[in-house]
Amino acid sequence: MTGKPAMTEPLLRVEGLARYFDVSPPWLNRVLEGQGRLVLKAVDGVSFTIPKGETFAIVGESGCGKSTVARLVVGLYRPSRGRIHFAGHDLGAMTTRAQMAPLRRKLQMIFQDPYASLNPRWRVADIIAEPIRAFGLLEGRPATTARVGELLRQVKLTPADGEKYPHEFSGGQRQRISIARALASQPEFLVCDEPTSALDVSVQAQILNLMKDLQRQLGLTYLFISHNLAVVYHISDRVAVMYLGRLAEVAPTRLLFRRPRHPYTRMLLDTIPDLGMTGRQRMPVAGEVPSPIDPPTGCAFHPRCPFANERCKAERPEPLPTPEGALVACHGVQEGRVPDAPIHAEVG
Amino acid sequence: MRANRPLLEVDRLRVEFPTRRGTLVAVDEISFHIDPGEVLGVVGESGAGKSLTGSAIIGLLEPPGRIAGGRILFDGSRIDDLPYEQMRRIRGKQIGAVFQDPLTSLNPLYSVGRQLIETITTHLDLSEGQARKRAIELLAEVGIPAPERRIDQYPHQFSGGMRQRVVIALALCANPRLIIADEPTTALDVSIQAQIIALLKKLCREHGTAVMLVTHDMGVIAETADRVAVMYAGRIAEIGPARQVIKQPLHPYTVGLMGSIPMVGTDADRLVQIEGAMPRLTEIPPGCAFNPRCPKVFERCRHDRPDLIRVGPASTACWLYDGQAGHD
Repeated sequence: MTGKPAMTEPLLRVEGLARYFDVSPPWLNRVLEGQGRLVLKAVDGVSFTIPKGETFAIVGESGCGKSTVARLVVGLYRPSRGRIHFAGHDLGAMTTRAQMAPLRRKLQMIFQDPYASLNPRWRVADIIAEPIRAFGLLEGRPATTARVGELLRQVKLTPADGEKYPHEFSGGQRQRISIARALASQPEFLVCDEPTSALDVSVQAQILNLMKDLQRQLGLTYLFISHNLAVVYHISDRVAVMYLGRLAEVAPTRLLFRRPRHPYTRMLLDTIPDLGMTGRQRMPVAGEVPSPIDPPTGCAFHPRCPFANERCKAERPEPLPTPEGALVACHGVQEGRVPDAPIHAEVG
Repeated sequence: MRANRPLLEVDRLRVEFPTRRGTLVAVDEISFHIDPGEVLGVVGESGAGKSLTGSAIIGLLEPPGRIAGGRILFDGSRIDDLPYEQMRRIRGKQIGAVFQDPLTSLNPLYSVGRQLIETITTHLDLSEGQARKRAIELLAEVGIPAPERRIDQYPHQFSGGMRQRVVIALALCANPRLIIADEPTTALDVSIQAQIIALLKKLCREHGTAVMLVTHDMGVIAETADRVAVMYAGRIAEIGPARQVIKQPLHPYTVGLMGSIPMVGTDADRLVQIEGAMPRLTEIPPGCAFNPRCPKVFERCRHDRPDLIRVGPASTACWLYDGQAGHD
């Protein structure tokens, strides 16, 4: 796929994306102990689209593959299978740095840990100027300095902060620096991998507000990875719930929270702390996410699902649209045997 | 329903860090108590002094940090001035601890089982074999699948959430009467968080274990705590029944904190933002430490430091409520 994208083409289109990791024991152990190869299917056939200007969230528990999707999209991992179309270009077909560069510029990432993602030996101004220099966006030092100052102001820091080192800043300020660096190459699309998980709530509020403001000013599109359902509810337009490398449900945010269909989504929503102190008894989700090395057959959620039957154990459900406009990968929902009422079943 | 004597009583506790540029006061004369079987949540943002309060109670302040004033009473007797050996015996046996980072609590060179068994035999009169059996039971109780196999594995073979469960099992080894849990669920997944919270609640109920739950997560407090203390810059800004503090916060800081939490079902375009950040210990302003960020600041706040004032069932350190004092 080359050429100009059509008007209706979403900014990002992911089709059947998969990433497997070889986690086999060393060769000698395999030979001596007769063990085979082990493959971890971190992401196993995920498809979604993100139109321009939207915030699309992927939510799930650790090990569900949501961060791997983020890294695949920005090209930190190469897909084992499937395709990623960004602005009409197939990222998988780009093999050289030179081919990638113009797209890479438009596709930036913000990481979870603002302590690990900034080079402690560089001044903040140099950290932010790095993408400008790497992509050759501006000529000469004065122009770069002016741009860095502008970026710092954009994230509500001051140009004078550019002379400091990362350790002189608090976690929230460091995350602002990460955002300024991501914005330096004038991206259209930001992949945010748990950007506020390491921050205090009041600082999280500042960063989330900032991200919303920037989206409005710059027309940014976000892929927002988080495990925090309340944050996802606040920031995103559409939400994908991931479980063991696959999408369980994709729906507009309001719909997903008002009328979750997939039993996993419903259990996940039930874990949200009851800050309203309504006295609602929440059901802790029973069990754990199974190992992605040896995932359950059929629907990966069936061992924890109160509605699972023989078909769920054998046949893998595909995401199918519901009349309300969600995509749900659940045989039970499709057959109408999962009731709509809240689940407070005896989940053992 | 207060028992006759609180299990833990902290009285004007002051923790200082002497530095070359002067003494930093990290915990500034705070007082509170915990009753047997009660869960006291201590909430605040990084640097508020909540973790240091916990470390001071179990006698694990990192030097040069030191207790510079006040008293800590456990079951009626002072524990803040005990010699190291005596305190070591209380720690683990009477007071268990769960820290924020499971990796700092676990020795990477020893198997999980060896660490559990060592702790159990140190505090309880059990043989190696009995201790191993108890260790397996504890691992099962904190929700680790296949504990009889996992017990011989090393910390690096456990996931982050599983490691934290091991740490909780370690804290439970000797059936302590108080557990100081410092951000026990912060590193865990939401569904696992719910399980750990359920586990903490169960422990309190069944064993009458009191918990001092240090966290930044109001959600965890709402689910678990009977009472909550909100800390800011080394002081308690507000303390009271959890329901009261969460639903009708008094202190402007608590009000801002509650507003900054995104909630499902609340359709605000922007979250309430408390401008600025908590002051560093070197730059705590005179008067109320919150005054430069406070939307309701007035003259008195800038030079007089408020103490806790009783307002209904809660207490708050805020001059706004000065006229309402004396409801005791």
